[in-house]
Amino acid sequence: MALAAAAAIYWRDGREHFLAILGSGVALFGEMLPKVLAGCLIGAFVTLLLPRELVARWVGHESGFTGLAVAGFFGFLLPGGPITIYPVAGAFLTMGADTGAVVAFIISWTLCGYTRALVWELPFFGPDFVLWRIVEALPLPIVAGLLARIAMRAGLARIIAKP
Amino acid sequence: MILAVNILLWLVVGVLAFLAALRGRVLFSDGAREGVWEFIRLLPRIGAGVVGSGFIAEALPKALVASWIGPGSGFIGVLIATLGGALTRGGPVVGFSIGAAALKSGAGAPQVIAYSTAWALYAIHRLVIWEVPMMPPRLVWLRAAVSLPLPFIAAAIAIVLGQP
Repeated sequence: MALAAAAAIYWRDGREHFLAILGSGVALFGEMLPKVLAGCLIGAFVTLLLPRELVARWVGHESGFTGLAVAGFFGFLLPGGPITIYPVAGAFLTMGADTGAVVAFIISWTLCGYTRALVWELPFFGPDFVLWRIVEALPLPIVAGLLARIAMRAGLARIIAKP
Repeated sequence: MILAVNILLWLVVGVLAFLAALRGRVLFSDGAREGVWEFIRLLPRIGAGVVGSGFIAEALPKALVASWIGPGSGFIGVLIATLGGALTRGGPVVGFSIGAAALKSGAGAPQVIAYSTAWALYAIHRLVIWEVPMMPPRLVWLRAAVSLPLPFIAAAIAIVLGQP
């Protein structure tokens, strides 16, 4: 898709315009490199320093509104891709966390996770926009967690933890 | 602003590296190696996405983008953006580069927020590939169901807060 767009620009606006866009894209990319590297290093170190069991215990034992906030905070804090996050969420369930907290955790990781924002979003949108978006996303995990609890209480869904 | 972000980030890296070094040299070198490898793996994808989104933004018909999902498009624009996000397949490079390209060619910020929120939350393929095998299916469907209103809430907060 990027290639097709590049070809279309070249054909429509000529070589000079093509090179100008290419140049500004490459410059933006170069400017972002130190941040992306920093994001990768932070992710790697936090993964090594933060014991998963400890996180799971905290989320599992808290409940009520605090439980949702704690779960949301850990979703923000834990680095890693889907391969690391979903098993952790599964572990929360088996360790006794309620569904609302697990939902808040997953949604918080999806929307507010800093490694994702640093590595992926920042190069494309720039710091102002990313910060602004994350501020807006902050209440969402809590909202989703509350909705999940309401759905559970109304008997719309029942979760049975995997043994 | 950009310099401040860089300094802050590398301070965090420094503190974490120091903490890791305190726990032992193996932990420190493991972390450094994994971080650098991840960076090298990501480089080509991010590079293609950033450069590509510049071209996509230029190629998009600006008038059309502005009238469909521009700052004045209101709730309908948010709805269109949300549907677009739900239908976008692919990893972060695809989702974010389309969002950034739309923003550059005249889309409204709340609409772009709705787009990237919907893309992050609804992606069906991610649900099937990652969530269903790793978590109880009912939890996955509950998670998806409670996610439905979130892009609209995000866009509403964005409209209330005003532009960045």
